[in-house]
Amino acid sequence: MAGEVKTKLSKNLLRMKFMQRGLDSQTKKQLDEEEKKIISDEHWYLDLPDLKEKESYIIEERSFIPCEDLLYGRMSFKGFNPEIEKLMVQINSKSKKEEIEEDDKMEADVSDEEMARRYETLVGTIGKKFLKKRDQRVLHDEDEEENTCNKGIRSNARTQTSWPLVSALEN
Amino acid sequence: MAGGGGAPAESRVGQVVLPGDVLLLPAYDEQDTERLPLGTSAAPRGRLLCGPGLRRCAGGLLVTKCGLLRHRRAGDGAAAAGGAYWVDSQQKRYVPVKGDHVIGIVTGKVGDVFRLDVGGSEQASLSYLAFEGATKRNRPNVQVGDLIYGQFLVANKDMEPEMVCIDSSGRASGMGVIGQDGFLFKVSLGLIRKLLAPKCEIIQELSQLYPFELVLGMNGRIWVKAKTVQQTLIIVNILEACEYMTAEQRKQALAKLSGN
Repeated sequence: MAGEVKTKLSKNLLRMKFMQRGLDSQTKKQLDEEEKKIISDEHWYLDLPDLKEKESYIIEERSFIPCEDLLYGRMSFKGFNPEIEKLMVQINSKSKKEEIEEDDKMEADVSDEEMARRYETLVGTIGKKFLKKRDQRVLHDEDEEENTCNKGIRSNARTQTSWPLVSALEN
Repeated sequence: MAGGGGAPAESRVGQVVLPGDVLLLPAYDEQDTERLPLGTSAAPRGRLLCGPGLRRCAGGLLVTKCGLLRHRRAGDGAAAAGGAYWVDSQQKRYVPVKGDHVIGIVTGKVGDVFRLDVGGSEQASLSYLAFEGATKRNRPNVQVGDLIYGQFLVANKDMEPEMVCIDSSGRASGMGVIGQDGFLFKVSLGLIRKLLAPKCEIIQELSQLYPFELVLGMNGRIWVKAKTVQQTLIIVNILEACEYMTAEQRKQALAKLSGN
């Protein structure tokens, strides 16, 4: 009796999840494919060639505002409504901002060249602080050699003023 | 159905066009759209704006309203890089368009929504939350009969138009209930566009007369308020009449007034 019942089970019943747990993967795949084929056969489609959608460069617009660059409709004159006047200035300046070129730079207290010079020496000074001791000694010796080629007194003065940190570390 | 081939669009600029006319546009290379536009090499770069009164059709633009054909060249900083074509037609009946700022009259409250008459075929709806700083507890003070300056959020032929009184960043920026007093009147849509043009002489001349406040709605409604009733009425009369006055007549009228 049990054997006969198995063979008489319907296809839908066999497709149910609990019946498929026992099946191996291959039969599962087969069943899936068959289902997909049935579903895709039922879908209707047009047997036409694919038309390429033309990239359109025309935008349709139903409003006049972008065409004629109309102003904002709320206006006040001669200080009748101060809030509206402030708004008008804001909105008009926003539209004029695109026309105005680079705004003027603020005047700096220190000029750019001066800044570059100072920065250059500063970088060197601070950088030497972080060198290893041996490198510092080598650097110091090189500088002394350079300076002895020039006048003696001047070089001493320079070593003292330019690299106070190095000299402090050396001592 | 449409007669013969069309004429090129540039040749008809400034002339009267009728519905059904086809305006041909120079064919653009389709390959160019795939390449990245570098600098301003080819002349009309960017998209062409097809304004009111025109529709796209094969080969160019199809005219749907009668009027004068206008053109604006491609310019940097303008909204339409690539130029714009539109038909300048005269009309009194307003059709709601998305993004337009209009003056509406509150005709009723239905639940959480105000009904506004904007002069179109349908009444517009305005939610009470669409005001600056409005919350469920803090309702805006709007009564039936008030004037509201707002913009359209939704406006097409299939749906009821919806308005809001805030902009995209949530600020009012001049929209909302228009104050007490003042005078509301209706003019044709063409005059509104003339008054809102960037350098409008009428507005500049009027602003020299006396202090006043002016709200122009794209639906043809203008609201004016000045210090006295007489001044308000003078401005109203000038605005109504200036549509059909020449520049000299207008200057004469204003000169007489400023003399008084």
